Amino acid sequence: MSDVIEKVVVLKAPLIKVWNAISDATQLGAWFGAEFDAPFEAGKPVKGRIVPTRMDPEIAKFQEPHRGMEMTWEIVAIEKPTRFAYRWHPGPVDATIDYSKEPTTLVEFRLEEVPGGTKLTITESGFERIDVARRAAVKHGNSEGWAAQTRLIAKYVE
Amino acid sequence: MRAQQVARAAPVFAALGDETRLGIVAKLSTQGPQSIARLTEGTDVTRQSITKHLELLADAGLVTSTREGRERIWSVEPQRLGDAQRYLDQISQQWDRAIERLRLLVED
Repeated sequence: MSDVIEKVVVLKAPLIKVWNAISDATQLGAWFGAEFDAPFEAGKPVKGRIVPTRMDPEIAKFQEPHRGMEMTWEIVAIEKPTRFAYRWHPGPVDATIDYSKEPTTLVEFRLEEVPGGTKLTITESGFERIDVARRAAVKHGNSEGWAAQTRLIAKYVE
Repeated sequence: MRAQQVARAAPVFAALGDETRLGIVAKLSTQGPQSIARLTEGTDVTRQSITKHLELLADAGLVTSTREGRERIWSVEPQRLGDAQRYLDQISQQWDRAIERLRLLVED
């Protein structure tokens, strides 16, 4: 268990295509499930809202209750064509919580050309500043058995 | 009661972002509840220092203590760590799904 989320994936597509899909607000919105009021610009906040994705009916169903929910992304870096970074209030989005005063996490997309496509590394960090347990407790508020928790802690310290 | 506990809670990962505190949580969860004397056994950590660490962990809701005679017995509070893990798992899964949608968009 780590407090940084990291995803590494190789996409069978040219780097520039992946870069555009990530750094262009309209294209990102299409797969992410969001629409933004303005293009991404480094150092500037941009307002957006959840719009259920058209690419995956199952996810769209999950996003539907959150349709129109506003979010602000602080665009940190647009380093064409290898790094795009922003800060936000991490999901899951919960309408009952006022996120505006809460700390943000940093999301970074890093792109690298590899044989056969583009390696994409996504990291989300900064959870140590966020009371994730409270968020989770709000969402679930249940408890689990001791055995499972002990395994969890063992996993954490490995 | 629960609401109060939640309100005063400190971030879990900040509390765990220290090797000594992580060690304490690991020890309490593998060896069970124990006193400060036992926790400091075989380590260089002073009683005073470990007390501070325990208090910080308690603020984050990760450990609790009960008084037994003259000693305080500390034990791990597993639910909170579980909550934190579930939250991160959820976000992690959301990224997995988002990546699959990105794949659909960029791959021919």
